[in-house]
Amino acid sequence: MNVSSRTLIFLLCVIAVAPIAWHGISSLKTPAELTRLPPSLLPESPTLENYQELVRRRPRGTYYRNSFVISSLSSLLCVAVGSLAAYALARISSRIRTLVTSSLLAAAFFPPIVLLFPLYELIRTAGLTNHPWALIVPYAGLNLPFAIWLLTGYFRQIPYELDEAAAIDGLTRFQTFTTIILPLAGPALVTTGILVFIFSWNEFMFALTFMNLESAKTITVGIATLSGAFTYEIPWGLLAAGVVASSIPLIVLAVIFQRKIVAGLTAGAMQ
Amino acid sequence: MRLSSFWRAESDARNVLFFLPAAILLGLVVVYPILRTTILSLFHLKLATQFQAEFAGPENFVRLLFDSRFHNSLKVTGLFTAVSVALEFGIGLLLALAANALVHGKGLVRTVLLVPWTLPTAIIAVLWTWIFNDQYGVLNALLMKTGITTEAIPWLAGPHTAMAAIIMADVWKTVPFVFPVLLAGLQNVPRELHEAIEMDGGGAWAKFKYVTWPHLLPFVFISIIFRIIQAFAIFDLVYVMTGGGPGGGTETVSLYSYQTYMRYLDFGYGSTLVVATVLILALTAFVLHTFLHRRYERQF
Repeated sequence: MNVSSRTLIFLLCVIAVAPIAWHGISSLKTPAELTRLPPSLLPESPTLENYQELVRRRPRGTYYRNSFVISSLSSLLCVAVGSLAAYALARISSRIRTLVTSSLLAAAFFPPIVLLFPLYELIRTAGLTNHPWALIVPYAGLNLPFAIWLLTGYFRQIPYELDEAAAIDGLTRFQTFTTIILPLAGPALVTTGILVFIFSWNEFMFALTFMNLESAKTITVGIATLSGAFTYEIPWGLLAAGVVASSIPLIVLAVIFQRKIVAGLTAGAMQ
Repeated sequence: MRLSSFWRAESDARNVLFFLPAAILLGLVVVYPILRTTILSLFHLKLATQFQAEFAGPENFVRLLFDSRFHNSLKVTGLFTAVSVALEFGIGLLLALAANALVHGKGLVRTVLLVPWTLPTAIIAVLWTWIFNDQYGVLNALLMKTGITTEAIPWLAGPHTAMAAIIMADVWKTVPFVFPVLLAGLQNVPRELHEAIEMDGGGAWAKFKYVTWPHLLPFVFISIIFRIIQAFAIFDLVYVMTGGGPGGGTETVSLYSYQTYMRYLDFGYGSTLVVATVLILALTAFVLHTFLHRRYERQF
C-alpha cells in the first residue's frame, strides 16, 4: 500500500463530502454573510433562519410527505410485482429465462423521455394529474426490469429441493412462494426495495411534468425549482437549507445500508 | 431436469399468473408508451392541427434532417457522454485499484464515496450551481485565493465552461457508481494468478495487463454500456444548471425533446426527435458492443 494511493483515496473522499458539507455550513449562515466576499469558512452567528423560512414557505412538510408516500408505495408495488415474476423466472427453463431477461434489459435501454408524452396523455385522460398514483405506477414500472433482474439472481440461489418438499407437503405454488421463498429472500427484497426507493425519490422529469401544484410536488422537484431559477436574487440560504433537507434521508439510507446498496448495484452488474 | 418437470406438472395457466402483474405494469408504463411515441413520430399533433393527429408520413423526419438545433443537441449530448463516461471510468478505475490495496477501512471509504450517488441529480445540480456561481461561488473564491486565477470565471455563462461545469457535476455523482462495480470486479481476480506472474518475474504492469485487466473486462463492459445509456439521456443536471444555455451550448437531446413537447406543445415532432435519438443510441450501442466484444474475445 503506497502513499500515493492513500492520498488519492483521501483526496477523492474529501471531494465527495466537501460540497455537501459546504452547503450544510452555508445553510446556517445569515443572508448577509452568504453574500460576503470572500466567503467565511464557518458561520459567525449560526442561525436556523433558512430552515424556518423553508418551513414557512412550504408548511407541514408537504414535499417530504409527498416524496415519502410516492417512493415507499412505488417501491412496495415494484418489489411485490417483481418478486412474483422473478420467482417464476428463476424456476423455469433457462431458454425462456434468457429470452425474458434480455427483453427486460432491452426495456431498460430506452431513455425515460421516450415514455414521457404517452404517460402524460394517459395520466391526463385518467384525471390523475397531481395525484400520487400518477408517479407511483410509472416509477414501479420503470424500475421493474431492474428489480426482476436483481431478484431472479437471488431466487436462483434458493435450492429447488425446498420447492419440491413444499409440493410434497401439498402446498400450492403460490403458497410455497409466500410462506417458504419470500421469508428466505428477505434481505434481497430489502436491497431491491431500498434501491427502488432511492430511484423514485431522485426522479425528476416525470415528477416535474405530472405534478404542477405546489401541494403535490415531490421534494426533489420542489427544491430544484425553488429559486425561480436564473433571476439575480437567488435565495442561496434557502437553497442550501433545501439541499440539506432533501439529502438527509438519502445520506442516512446510504450510511445504514451501504453494504446492501453496493451489493445490489454490483449484483446487478455481475449477472 | 427435475425442476422444470415440477413446474410443468401444474397447469401452464397458473405459471402465467406469476408474470401477469409484471406484464400489465410493463405493458402500461413501458411498452404502450414506446409504441405510441413511435406511431406519433409519423403524425402532426400540435396547436396548428388543434391537437388532432394528422398523418404526416416522413415529413417530421425530413424536418429533422434540416433541424440545426437537433444536430447541435446531438453534438452536445455526444460530447457530454464521451467526456463524462471517460472521466468517470478513468477516475473510478484508479480509485478501485487504490482501494483494493487497502487493508483497513474499505467499508468506510465505500460509504463515504457512495453518498454523492444516492443524492437526487436535480439536487446535485442546485448544489453545483451555487458552487459555480460567478459572484458568490466557493470555487471562484478558492481559485482566486490560491492565485490560480485573478478574476472570477463566469462558469455557467459561457458555453464551454458551462459544459465543463455540468460534466464535473455528473462525474462527481457517478464515479461512486463506477467505483464499487469495478472494485467488486477486482475482488474477483484470483490471487494465485498474480503470484504466478510474480514467480515468472513479472512486475506490476504485467500483473495488471495479463491478469487484472482480462478479469475486469466484463465489469468494465457492463459499467460503460450502462453509463453511456444513462449519460445519453441526461436531463436533470442540464435543466436545473443551465436550462440548455447559454445559446444552446448545453442543450442535450432530452432537453430539446422536452422543450418541444412541453413548451412548444409539438407532440408529433417531439416524438420524432425522441425516436431518432433512440435509433442513434441503439446504433452506437450496437457498434460499441461489437467492437468491445471482439476485443474481449481476443483476450483469451
